[in-house]
Amino acid sequence: MSFSVPQALENELDELASHYPQKRSASLMFLHALQEHFGHLSQEAVDWTAQKLGLQPINVYELVTFYPMFRQEPLGKTQIKVCRTLSCALAGSAELRAHLIGKLGLDSHRHGPQTTVDGQFTVEFVECLASCGTAPVVMVNEDLLEKCSVADCDRVLAKGRK
Amino acid sequence: MPQEYRLILKHADQPGYTPDIECYLRHGGYAALRKALATAPRELPDGKKLGPQEVIRDEVLKSGLRGRGGAGFSAGLKWSFVDRRSGKPIYLICNADESEPGTFKDRQILHKDPHQLIEGMIISCWANDVRLAYIYIRGEMPQGARLLNQALREARAKGFLGKNILGTGIDIDIHVHRGAGAYICGEETGLIESLEGKRAYPRIKPPYFPAVLGLYMCPTIVNNVETLCHVKHIVELGGAEYAKLGTPNNTGTRIVSLSGDVKNPGYFEVEVGKVTLGEIIHHENFGGGLRPGRSLRAIIPGGSSSKVLKAGEKFKLRKKGADGQMTQVEADLLDLPYDFDSLQQAGTMSGSGAVIVMDDTRDVVDVLANVSEFYAHESCGQCTPCREGALWMSKALHRMTTGGGRAEDADYLLHIAQNIQGRTICAFGEAAAWPVLSFVKKFKDDFVTRGKADESARASGVVPTAHH
Repeated sequence: MSFSVPQALENELDELASHYPQKRSASLMFLHALQEHFGHLSQEAVDWTAQKLGLQPINVYELVTFYPMFRQEPLGKTQIKVCRTLSCALAGSAELRAHLIGKLGLDSHRHGPQTTVDGQFTVEFVECLASCGTAPVVMVNEDLLEKCSVADCDRVLAKGRK
Repeated sequence: MPQEYRLILKHADQPGYTPDIECYLRHGGYAALRKALATAPRELPDGKKLGPQEVIRDEVLKSGLRGRGGAGFSAGLKWSFVDRRSGKPIYLICNADESEPGTFKDRQILHKDPHQLIEGMIISCWANDVRLAYIYIRGEMPQGARLLNQALREARAKGFLGKNILGTGIDIDIHVHRGAGAYICGEETGLIESLEGKRAYPRIKPPYFPAVLGLYMCPTIVNNVETLCHVKHIVELGGAEYAKLGTPNNTGTRIVSLSGDVKNPGYFEVEVGKVTLGEIIHHENFGGGLRPGRSLRAIIPGGSSSKVLKAGEKFKLRKKGADGQMTQVEADLLDLPYDFDSLQQAGTMSGSGAVIVMDDTRDVVDVLANVSEFYAHESCGQCTPCREGALWMSKALHRMTTGGGRAEDADYLLHIAQNIQGRTICAFGEAAAWPVLSFVKKFKDDFVTRGKADESARASGVVPTAHH
């Protein structure tokens, strides 16, 4: 399948680029929008961004490899980010991750995002999500689950399987 | 009785308070902007004349407002460093990359009262001749970004923002820029690089002080979300009146983020220095104390990069008496006023206002291993001592938590940390080194005991296992 950016999205990106005196500034916003649309950032997406912003592909690729939120492979439909950092750890976030990993048959020793074979779920330990007062917190796609329990995790899995 | 003083969060949690502009206007929103724009020029006693914008900048200086992001530097002074003669545009950036572990105060403002931030920003833009400003919000707050964009559209539609704001003939615009998960973007020059579309490698200072060579090599102001909100209140109250809140040199209010082993974690806005660290943890109006039967072990007082405080520690504080004489008083850890200067005198900092409490069930080796893993992950990789050292410390600590400890690990960790601090382009080196330096020095017995236990277990042929 060839890479093509729908006109509506391209218009939206052109508008974003107009927010900056220098087009290069828009690269992070471009990558966010393309990742949202395509699910991940392919080499074609990198090349397309570079061309639109008058950059070399490496100028864009080095952002994809630097910023943790950018993905080079497709992830699961339900993306679960469990906060690993101190306040959430004190409140039991390691147990939440272990529970999710166990239920989904993933490898607890592996670092970084892991996706189930059926492409339904991705589980990842991430650093501080800035909601330490309601620890432990988990982000499910764009939603923040506060004071998250094992039962809440099970509900996320049940909903994601539907 | 110690209690909250809600200035920034006055409305945020009121029932029925919504983040839209109509609600904000019903609560007196954008009146401070109108007041600022109508500021009269002022003549000082020495005959010097201040224009309306200089008056606002002077009020901010007089207010004593110190940055709420972490460094606690005078906001008015920061503004005064801006190069206004370069002929280049001046930029304002709101640092909404809230990422310091333990901190969740800007999240409340961004999600519950975005117009307060926008009003503070427009006033700050006007006072500093800024025509274009950005809000750099962390990538993991997509809903916050959407709310801000919506709020900006509303502010443009009402004429507070955009072309010819409120008929003044001045154009000011603000755009939202999203980060993508890198802690280092909270460092102001790293943030600027990131906003320029690059990797967030912090710039070396000198020469790249943002006030002179910031965004696009133009003069730039970078202020935290909460700091910019205070500007609105300084305009409303006047700098001198604002300075009556809090304590001398620690003026105003600030939002404390409390987490960890307390009954009621949460955010509390207090007058700076009017409440002690102990009250924040134990008083029923705040943390409500530890869980039943537990005792205090340690406190991280200002975000995870601040130096840890050990239960029972005593500090010598310099206090100005009623007669103006400086005296030294001894203060217990829990009696430290929660302000910038007292915590600095206690050898640590109030940083981003994030207090993380650990009770006696916590193993300090495990806690430090967790903290160090954060810094190992977040080092941008630009400077060798930090890139290698942060990872090295994290690996040694990981080894210690999985049965591979050695008696000499404590000194080994100190040695690595000492070789990071002061040897990096930005303060991240210190942020990574300070937790290790303070935890290991203050809890050395715990680290040595753990290492020795592992050594004897290995000597007797026991297979190393995780301690917990």
